Amino acid sequence: MKNRITSLFATTKKDILSVFYTAGFPNLHDTVPIAEALAASGADIIEIGIPFSDPVADGPTIQQSNKVALDNGMNVKLLLAQVATIRQTVNIPIILMGYLNPVIQYGVERFIVDAAKAGVDGLILPDMPLYEYEEQYQALFEQHNLCNTFLISPTTSEERIRRIDAATQGFIYAVSASSTTGAKGDFTGEQLAYFDKLNKMKLSNPFLIGFGISNRDTFDRAAAHGAGAIIGSAFINLLRSSTNLPADIRQFIEGIKQPSRV
Amino acid sequence: MNYSVDDRGYYGQFGGAYIPEMLYPNVEELRSRYLDILQQEDFRREFDDLLRHYVGRPTPLYFAKRLSEACNAQVFLKREDLCHTGAHKVNNTIGQILVAKRLGKQKIIAETGAGQHGVATATVCALMGMECIVYMGQVDMERQRPNVERMRILGATVVPAVSGSMTLKDATNEAMRHWINNPTDTHYIIGSVVGPHPYPDMVARFQSVISEEMRSQLQEAIGNPFPDYVFACVGGGSNAAGAFYHYLNDEHVNLVAVEAAGHGINSGESAATTALGKPGVLHGSKTLLMQTEDGQVIEPYSISAGLDYPGIGPMHAHLFDVGRVKFVSATDDEAMTAGIMLGRLEGIIPAIESAHALAALKQFEFAPDDVVVVNLSGRGDKDLETYIRWGKY
Repeated sequence: MKNRITSLFATTKKDILSVFYTAGFPNLHDTVPIAEALAASGADIIEIGIPFSDPVADGPTIQQSNKVALDNGMNVKLLLAQVATIRQTVNIPIILMGYLNPVIQYGVERFIVDAAKAGVDGLILPDMPLYEYEEQYQALFEQHNLCNTFLISPTTSEERIRRIDAATQGFIYAVSASSTTGAKGDFTGEQLAYFDKLNKMKLSNPFLIGFGISNRDTFDRAAAHGAGAIIGSAFINLLRSSTNLPADIRQFIEGIKQPSRV
Repeated sequence: MNYSVDDRGYYGQFGGAYIPEMLYPNVEELRSRYLDILQQEDFRREFDDLLRHYVGRPTPLYFAKRLSEACNAQVFLKREDLCHTGAHKVNNTIGQILVAKRLGKQKIIAETGAGQHGVATATVCALMGMECIVYMGQVDMERQRPNVERMRILGATVVPAVSGSMTLKDATNEAMRHWINNPTDTHYIIGSVVGPHPYPDMVARFQSVISEEMRSQLQEAIGNPFPDYVFACVGGGSNAAGAFYHYLNDEHVNLVAVEAAGHGINSGESAATTALGKPGVLHGSKTLLMQTEDGQVIEPYSISAGLDYPGIGPMHAHLFDVGRVKFVSATDDEAMTAGIMLGRLEGIIPAIESAHALAALKQFEFAPDDVVVVNLSGRGDKDLETYIRWGKY
């Protein structure tokens, strides 16, 4: 079977919208209906966060969602069961993103096997060292048809971007600024030069731009420089304040992906 | 047996650099340059000069006569409590700020639990005229008010960490976030032998002056550099790393690390990482970590804020794993009792961290001529409130 992520990027080159949210937030069993609403509203990729007690790369919004999810009783085993449920009705790519420690405790190999079995297409483990992936896990990812996505930032050297590109299947996650998640503001000249550099490097993988994407305007501007963009904190804020998840999610996603594009 | 870090930053299975990509350039810059900088002659000269004239090194190795009688052994105290700012922490902050200068950094950030590392960092920033931001858990800021004000007097900005449990590990998270957001002009002075490679090795090297001095001082005192035992408390483990460093390959020297058992190892309120932890990843390295079955980090407990950390440095995890260092623990009660005992026997009120090392002496049967060195990592001034509340003196 083909991987849903590689299939998507093979056919769609622009305006891919990937949406991140934390599993078990705002309520333990919201993970499934949120995914269903995202797929129904036209999101292209679903990224589900595995909550962790010490999310160092995340800003306040996602930190708080991690805490709520853990207080709700979220864990890896339950998340994999929820993904299997989502897969009964949803056919767009699903990515799990999380810090390494909960995955290590579950067992990295067991996690790869069980995630693939549940219908996961890719993983993002931001604190997994590149060499550890290359030496210990890459073969296993490939054997189980899972994509692995690495992050790069404006301070990542060109040499290292090449090495990351070579180790990547699917897409690269281009962090838009040297920052934790949730940072805001217009793109600076420096950031535009960074996106330009990435495009000129002619990488073998496409890239999505993340961090600081919050609405239609920032999505459009980011998507113009890559294959699309990732929305996280802004979507978490929506979930936190929503009283009608399916309707609010639909409105939010449609507001970003105008009907003509869907 | 090799106890040194390998070129990827591992001690056996522990260590490494488990960091998000946004931190990679900062950490890589440090990794690629720290050994060269540490070997530069002008660095050595400046470091040695500041340790001697500013910190007050070498610190005495004091033969504690009355404590020796009480323990039925020959007990020496390595007086790190006499360092400027009151603890060994300043050995590391001096070293790191000199590295930061040579990396061209203009700003310094640090995390602190009890405030000792924060004070030691604020001190060297004042000395070098560099901007200093210290992250401290909001709960710890309330518990350690005088140290907060000490940092402010020294010109540092103290930022409360309000995430998670609002203690040391959360202050560390916040400092790492700050570094992610300020990657080029800022150096992060980590206070213990924790964090991504090269921090554990770099901090251990700066603290190794402790055992370097112990060797020459023992040579003078007893005619050879080798004690039978070295005792040190372990939170993250920087004073223990320094006290053990130059004895690691002398296998006949018994090295004893003392963890904080809090209310008791099985009480649910403890910080005894080797007894309760499993391998895991936190703050950039793979080490022993107190965590739930699901891999969520457990908030530790100790009466001593400096030992109140859910992990230990990867070097210590390895030394525990291979059996080179014996790990024991002392409860709050035992540590407080030992601290007061030292006050009565020797006229020295130790930091409650160091009192844990003293408390463990009771758990050993020494021969009368055994030479025992206890690393007295800090003085008790900062803990006066806790001693007063404890009351039993």
